[in-house]
Amino acid sequence: MKKKEEETSNRPDNTAFTQQRLPAWQPMLSAGIVIPGFVVIGLAFIGVGVALFVTSQSIQVLERDYTAGDESSDHNCSLCVNEASCLCAVHFTLVQQFEGPVFFYYGLSNYFQNHRKYGVSRDDYQLSGDTSYFTDPQDYCVPYQYDSKNRPIVPCGSVANSIFNDTFKLYQIVGGQRKQVPFDGKGISWWTDYNLKYRNPSLVDGSLAKAFNGTVKPVNWPRAVYELDTSDASNNGFLNQDFLVWMRRAALPDFRKLYRRITEGEYEKGLPVGNYSLEINYNYPVRGFGGRKKVFFSNVTWMGGKNQFLGIAYLVIGSLCIFMSLVMLIVYAKYRFPDEDS
Amino acid sequence: MLREEMQEVFIVAGNTHQEVERELRSARKKMHPASSDEPPMRKSSILGKKTEVVEDEAVEGEYGMVINGHSLAYALQEGLQLEFLRAACMCQAVICCRVTPLQKAQVVELVKKHKRAVTLAIGDGANDVSMIKAAHIGVGISGQEGMQAVLSSDYSFAQFRYLQRLLLVHGRWSYLRMCKFLRYFFYKNFTFTFVHFWYGFFCGFSAQTVYDEWFITLYNLVYTALPVLGLALFDQDVDHRWSFQYPQLYTPGQLNLYFSKRAFLRCVLHSGYSSLVLFFIPYASMHDTVRDDGKDIADYQSFALLAQTCLLVAVNMQLGLDTHYWTAVNQFFLWGSMSVYFAVTFTMYSNGMYLIFTSSFPFIGVARNSLNQPNVWLTILLTSILCVLPVLAYRFLYMQLRPTINDKVRHKVRQDKTPPTAAPRRFQPRRISTRRSGYAFSHSRGYGDLVTSGKFLLRPVRSRPPLFSRSQPSGSPVAEDSPQIFRTITEEPSA
Repeated sequence: MKKKEEETSNRPDNTAFTQQRLPAWQPMLSAGIVIPGFVVIGLAFIGVGVALFVTSQSIQVLERDYTAGDESSDHNCSLCVNEASCLCAVHFTLVQQFEGPVFFYYGLSNYFQNHRKYGVSRDDYQLSGDTSYFTDPQDYCVPYQYDSKNRPIVPCGSVANSIFNDTFKLYQIVGGQRKQVPFDGKGISWWTDYNLKYRNPSLVDGSLAKAFNGTVKPVNWPRAVYELDTSDASNNGFLNQDFLVWMRRAALPDFRKLYRRITEGEYEKGLPVGNYSLEINYNYPVRGFGGRKKVFFSNVTWMGGKNQFLGIAYLVIGSLCIFMSLVMLIVYAKYRFPDEDS
Repeated sequence: MLREEMQEVFIVAGNTHQEVERELRSARKKMHPASSDEPPMRKSSILGKKTEVVEDEAVEGEYGMVINGHSLAYALQEGLQLEFLRAACMCQAVICCRVTPLQKAQVVELVKKHKRAVTLAIGDGANDVSMIKAAHIGVGISGQEGMQAVLSSDYSFAQFRYLQRLLLVHGRWSYLRMCKFLRYFFYKNFTFTFVHFWYGFFCGFSAQTVYDEWFITLYNLVYTALPVLGLALFDQDVDHRWSFQYPQLYTPGQLNLYFSKRAFLRCVLHSGYSSLVLFFIPYASMHDTVRDDGKDIADYQSFALLAQTCLLVAVNMQLGLDTHYWTAVNQFFLWGSMSVYFAVTFTMYSNGMYLIFTSSFPFIGVARNSLNQPNVWLTILLTSILCVLPVLAYRFLYMQLRPTINDKVRHKVRQDKTPPTAAPRRFQPRRISTRRSGYAFSHSRGYGDLVTSGKFLLRPVRSRPPLFSRSQPSGSPVAEDSPQIFRTITEEPSA
C-alpha cells in the first residue's frame, strides 16, 4: 500500500494548465482572412487619406523668412546684419481672405533645442516656485548657474537663457494708413504648463520682485523674469506665456512656436484681402550658427496645422494594400499548395 | 529495431584486432562499395583548424549491425574507431550486446566527438549511468532497476514508450518556443534601440533619447515582459496528437531551421526596417504641425510620447502575429500589458506625481494634451500598420509559394477539425527484468553460469527456460560458435 501511495505522489497534476491542454484560439493565415483584410484596410486608408489630404489643402499658410543677410524684396531685414536691436519690416499682400482664427508663429531652423545637454540645463524646482533652489540652483544649469560674481541665476540654465526675444507688430495698410492688427497673447501655452507645472514663488510683501531677492537675471536677458510683463500680473514671472512657450523645447531642429493669435475686433473672421506690414524688433542672433528665422501665419483644423505628409502617406499605403491584395490573390489562385497528405 | 526490410544484418564478433577490422571493412564495402579507405572529414571552416568531424555517407538500402562487447573492445581502439563509426553510422540500427558500462559511454563519446549530432542515451539501470552522463541528453527510466539512472539523467520517466512523447511533443515544442522567444526578443530590443540611432541625425548626435526615461526603464521590465513570457510558455504549433501523427514535424529542429545566423540576420533587418518606420513616420507627421487649437505639439515631450506609443503598439502587434496558440493567459498578458502602459503613463504624467516628485516626472500634462489629438492617433495607426502588414504579406506569400512541413500540417489540422485518435496501445505483457542480480556488469561469459544458477540469491527463483539454448542452429548471432575460451564453474556444495 505504501508503495502505491509513493507512486501516486510523484504523479504530476492532471489539470489543463499543467498538461498544456488549455483551450486556445489558433488563428491561421488563411487566404479568406488575409486578402479581404488587406482590401478593407486599403479602402479604409484611402478614405482617411482623402479626408486628410483635402483638409490639409484647405489650410492656408503664409511663410516668410526674415533672417538678416539675404537681400529680398519682401523685407528689409538685411539692415540688421549686426543682429542687435534693430527694427525692420516684412511686407506681404493677401489676395484671398485668410480665414480666421489666424495663428501667428515664429520659426527657427537649424536650432537644436533637442540637444541633450541643452535640454537638461534647467531647474524644475526653481520653475515650480521652490525658493530654496533660488539661492542654490541645481548643477544641471552649469554654466548658467551662477554669474561672474557668484550670484545665483533665476531661472537658471541654457533653455531659459536662450529665450527668443524678437517682438512683432502687424499693421494692415489701408488707404495709405497703417492700422494695427490686435494680437492676443492669452493662453498660447498649454494649460497644464500654466496652471500646474510652473508656479511663481509666493509674493513677499505683496511684491513679486522681492521674492527674487538675492538672485540675478539670466546673462542674456534684457530684463529680469519678474519684469517680463509688468502690466499683467497673471502673465508675469514664470507664468509669462512667451516664456512658457519657449521652455517647452522642440523635438526637431526646424520648429515653430506660437506667438500670438488674431481673434479680436474686425479681424475675428480672419485677415481680409490687402497689404500688410509686419514690424519686427530684430534682437535674436542666429547667423552665428547658420540658423534661420521665419514667421508663419496659419489657420488650423481638426487635424492641426498644414501637413501634407499624413494625407499622402495614407493614400499611398492604402493603394499599396490594394495592390498587394491583388498580388496575393493571384499567387493564391495559381500556387496554393494542393490539399495533400504530407 | 531489426526489421524485415533490412537487406542484411552484419555480425561483428571477431576476437582479434585484425578480424574485427576485416569484418567492419567488409560491412562498409558491402553497404557502400565506392567508399574510400580514408574517412571523409568535414572541411574545416574556422580559421583553418582541422576538424575531426566525419561526414555522413549515403547508403542505399537498410542495414543493421550487431557487435558484442569483446569485439567492441577492439573496435573502440584508436586505429579502428573511425572505421567502426563509419560502418555503424551507415546502418539503420546497431545493437551492441554484452557491453560494459564503460564501453557504453565510449560509444556515445565516439559519436559525440566525430559527428555533428546531438546524442540521446536512455537507460534504466546503474550500468547505464556512465552512458547517460556521456550523452548530450540523458534519459533515465525509473522503476524496476532503482533510481540510479534517474538521479544522473536530464529527464526521467517511468516507461520507455514515453520517449516518443518527450521527443516529438515536448522537445519539439520547446525548440519552437525558444526560437520564437529569441527572435522576438532581439526584434523588440533592436527596434527600440535603432530608433535612437536615427534620431541622432536630428539632435546633433548628442545622445538625446527619443523616449521618456521612465519608458526606457519600464519597457523591458513591465510593458513587454509578460507577453513574450506567455509566448515562450504556452505556444504550440500543432496539438500533441497531431505531433504524434506527423513525426516529420521534428525535422526543422534537427536541421536547426528556426534560429541560425541567417535567421538572426533576418531579424536584424526586420528591426532596421521597423525602426525606420517608427522614427520617420512620426517625424514627418509632427514636423511643423500644431494642435487643433493652434498650440504646440511638435515639442520633445509629445514626440517622445508619440514615438513610444507607436513602438509599443507595433511591437505588440508583431507578438500577436507570432503567437499561434492564444490561450486565455496569452490574451490577458497582451491586453494587460497595453492597458498597464496607458495606466502607468497617465499616472506618471498626472498632477499628483509631479507635485510629489517634481524633478522626476517632468512630463506632466503631456498625455492629456497630445493624446486627444486625432492626428496623433492617425500617426500611431499608420506606423503600426506599416510595421506589421509587410510581415503578414511576406508570411502569407511564403506559405503559398514554399510551404514548410509545419504549414502543411497546420493546414490539414484546420481542414480536419477533429483531432486524430491516438493509435491503440498494444499492451505488451510486462516482462520482469531478466537481470535479477545486483551485479553492475558481466564482462566475460565465465561467470554467466554462476549467475544464472541462482545459487546465492536470498529468494529462490522460479525456474525459467534459459535465454540461449545450446542446441540452436548455426545461424545464431551470439558468440556461441566463436572459439572463446571460458571456464565453467561446476556446482560445488556451498561453502
